[in-house]
Amino acid sequence: MRLTLRVWRQAGPSAPGRLVTYELPDVSEHMSFLEMLDVLNERLTEKGEEPIAFDHDCREGICGTCGFMISGIAHGKMPATTVCQLHMRHFRDGEELVLEPWRSKAFPVLRDLVVDRGAFDRIIQAGGYVAVNTGTAQDANAIPVAKADADVAMDAASCIGCGACVAQCPNGAAQLFTAAKVSQLALLPQGQPERWQRVERMVAQLEREAFGSCTNYGECEAVCPKGVSLDFIAMMNRDWLRNVFRVRRESRATGGAG
Amino acid sequence: MRLDARIPAGPIEGKWERCKFEMKLVNPANKRRFKVLVVGSGLAGASAAASLGELGYEVECFCYQDSPRRAHSISAQGGINAAKNYQNDGDSVFRLFYDTVKGGDFRAREANVYRLAEVSGAIIDQCVAQGVPFAREYGGLLANRSFGGAQVSRTFYARGQTGQQLLLGAYQALERQIALGKVRMFTRTEMLDLVVEDGRARGIVVRDLKTGEIRRHAGHAVVLATGGYGNAFHLSTNAKGCNATAIWRAHKRGAAFANPCYTQIHPTCIPVSGDYQSKLTLMSESLRNDGRIWVPLRKGDTRPAGEIPEAERDYYLERRYPAFGNLVPRDIASRAAKQVCDEGRGVGPTGLGVYLDFSESIGRLGRAAIEERYGNLFEMYERITGEDPYSVPMRIFPAVHYTMGGLWVDYHLMSSVQGLYVLGEANFSDHGANRLGASALMQGLADGYFVIPYTIGDDLAARLGEKVSSDTPAFSEVETGVRDRLRKLTSIRGKRTVDSFHRELGQVMWAECGMGRNATGLRRAIERLPGLRAEFWENVNVLGSGDGLNQSLEKAGRVADFLELGELICRDALHREESCGGHFREEHQTPEGEALRDDEHFRYVAAWEWAGEGREPVLHKEPLEFEYVHLAQRSYK
Ligand SMILES: Cc1cc2nc3c(=O)[nH]c(=O)nc-3n(C[C@H](O)[C@H](O)[C@H](O)COP(=O)(O)OP(=O)(O)OC[C@H]3O[C@@H](n4cnc5c(N)ncnc54)[C@H](O)[C@@H]3O)c2cc1C
Ligand code: SF4
Ligand code: FES
Repeated sequence: MRLTLRVWRQAGPSAPGRLVTYELPDVSEHMSFLEMLDVLNERLTEKGEEPIAFDHDCREGICGTCGFMISGIAHGKMPATTVCQLHMRHFRDGEELVLEPWRSKAFPVLRDLVVDRGAFDRIIQAGGYVAVNTGTAQDANAIPVAKADADVAMDAASCIGCGACVAQCPNGAAQLFTAAKVSQLALLPQGQPERWQRVERMVAQLEREAFGSCTNYGECEAVCPKGVSLDFIAMMNRDWLRNVFRVRRESRATGGAG
Repeated sequence: MRLDARIPAGPIEGKWERCKFEMKLVNPANKRRFKVLVVGSGLAGASAAASLGELGYEVECFCYQDSPRRAHSISAQGGINAAKNYQNDGDSVFRLFYDTVKGGDFRAREANVYRLAEVSGAIIDQCVAQGVPFAREYGGLLANRSFGGAQVSRTFYARGQTGQQLLLGAYQALERQIALGKVRMFTRTEMLDLVVEDGRARGIVVRDLKTGEIRRHAGHAVVLATGGYGNAFHLSTNAKGCNATAIWRAHKRGAAFANPCYTQIHPTCIPVSGDYQSKLTLMSESLRNDGRIWVPLRKGDTRPAGEIPEAERDYYLERRYPAFGNLVPRDIASRAAKQVCDEGRGVGPTGLGVYLDFSESIGRLGRAAIEERYGNLFEMYERITGEDPYSVPMRIFPAVHYTMGGLWVDYHLMSSVQGLYVLGEANFSDHGANRLGASALMQGLADGYFVIPYTIGDDLAARLGEKVSSDTPAFSEVETGVRDRLRKLTSIRGKRTVDSFHRELGQVMWAECGMGRNATGLRRAIERLPGLRAEFWENVNVLGSGDGLNQSLEKAGRVADFLELGELICRDALHREESCGGHFREEHQTPEGEALRDDEHFRYVAAWEWAGEGREPVLHKEPLEFEYVHLAQRSYK
């Protein structure tokens, strides 16, 4: 099939960018989207044009490295699919596609379709862990965990940290990503001791980064390649509020700081 | 070069205890005076960096991805082994040890494997404590399954995303240490060379992949946990960025490379669909628990699978190996698939494929049960092939998956360069000539959580007060070399893309050094590769400069190293005149076509020493003693 790509080209973080048009006369329907870009890049190189930079690694939909907007939709139009897993059989002959990097203040563009998602790591640093040093753990079966809880924790834990949720959100909010980790750990007994400080710190970090605030558009869930549910945002918000009351109660009980 | 494996004396059950007791310690207050450089943030690197940070060492950790969470370990699907015996089915440390040595076709070091089995239980404890959501039974306890050739259920899993969940656990522990200031993380940073001073690893030279800046990092010890080199074959199940640069550079600076020819070809991957193919996708071998593998009985039978009656199907694994059936180890399953395809009985458009059929188990257990077990794998298959595996059998074919070979290490995981440690897939230590399913995750985490935190102290203890600096002639020399090479790569401006060289290398490697190898083919490869290398350095086209993000330049450096490593892989394969595990020499097989080992002449680790550009590498042998596992021809009949 024949496709026209309009691709965002930007030489560096502070260089100006623009859309450049490329014609692809012979795309095979068996290719993945990234294989199509590989082929285009080979041709560009042969012509002496610098290839299009895009992030990718596993090409199996699990590492979360890949991702860009395809005609306004993060990871393209197929539900629950990362761009590396998107196959060309879903496109029509003659289609024109616009490829742009994630658009978010919190994810500065490094080059072409590559952005810096370091803000996600900083959110995890703020509390997205269980503080347990190596070697201190008790036997793994000492604490049973209801299968239902473990399963929902696993649903939350499936987040691959790709950033599509942020890119699609009209506000550029990172609630879905953050809630996925907060909820996973809140659902498990191992996460209880730090449950309240975790949600407080992670949300505080979320606000320190250049993300927008969440007004429940729900676009994040719609584009999330792993189907991470909006329910987790509700869970996080509830924990966050409960923590606010808890802190107030405690400060009252101890005489508080006024 | 003298290779001393430093295996502790005494009975095998006591070796690790004894080693831990005899090693020198660094007292807690002094740990912060030591800087350790950890290259890699996969299971091995992240667990090591986090654990060393917790202990108090000053750690710097490096990865080429934009976040440590993305290391290739993330894509492991099937599970992780541990000798917990939670299923009460007769598992034990000794059995896991025994199975691993046997599975490795008696080419691994007993003491290391025993330790691996010994610490395996603690890994599961650690991961559960971190909040890794392993699969559970209704009673709330951990679920297990049997995996890849094991007759006990000792594999722990988190849906089909075990590697992801284990890596996120280690990543989170690492991020916690980063927040505490104990670990400094350098993402999008690639190690391009090792600095050795007075025979000791002193640091590394790296390139910041965002800005192109070349930097020096000095430390008291260097830990490489940079993963495997399967991408030397171009197409493999490894992530696109997986590379051998770190270990290959270290090799050229004195680290022996052990058993490079031991590569694992995984039997259950999605077949190649065209020449644009960029990587191969693994379908977890857990699928073999419920899927049955077959091809048509008759050659050239092109009827759709559903139209081939039972009597005209050949369930060749069940037929040849009645005891293990579809669960024979990977090397055996892969070779059997190649054989039936060579006979002209392969399926699919290319004839390079066999069926993996779930209809029988869907009939027996119901679609829901199969969906619960493999739902995400089935979805992935359908996404890639456009076929629905609930109604038509999957088509699978073997692909390069894992490299058992790697840098030689002793019992402390130290390479032949003092102060240079190698963990995870990057070392050669535990899997012999073939790795069992679900054992790589175990090994990576064993190395990082439970071995290196102890062994590194033994070497560092004697170095208290030693100042390390990157402002030395050795660093300058290495840095100059790195800069020259990058400049060279961007100035050739030839006619061929980096990928075209990588593809050609892959074709040579797969054809001559893949599932079946013979002396003629290997010699052909060894003759051909220097020419390809020379052409690369004259005719490769890397556009742009080294001053910023330049993915072609990154790839070019990696492919240049694969072009050298590929030759060593072939040389090792040529010298090993026997078949063992993943290394199948067509000249050495039993009348039934099974691998024929030669214990008398090849019961050793082949450790190759770099002899300089254009010189043949020097072979060193570490003999393998088997005191506990009875040497036998593997039989899965
Ligand atoms: C598809 C697939 C499925 C698998 N499934 C299983 C399974 O179910 N069970 C199992 O036990 N094993 C499985 N394996 C094998 C297992 O995943 C790997 O062997 C293991 O995860 C390797 O871990 P590692 O920490 O050694 O390396 P990796 O996870 O590969 O990490 C390497 C790290 O090194 C860094 N790095 C590399 N080179 C450089 C450099 N030059 N400079 C700086 N950083 C560098 C990378 O950024 C990365 O952080 C699977 C493998 C594949 C391919
Ligand atoms: S929540 Fe979904 S979209 Fe957002 S980072 Fe995680 S996987 Fe990506
Ligand atoms: S490349 Fe890993 S998720 Fe797409």
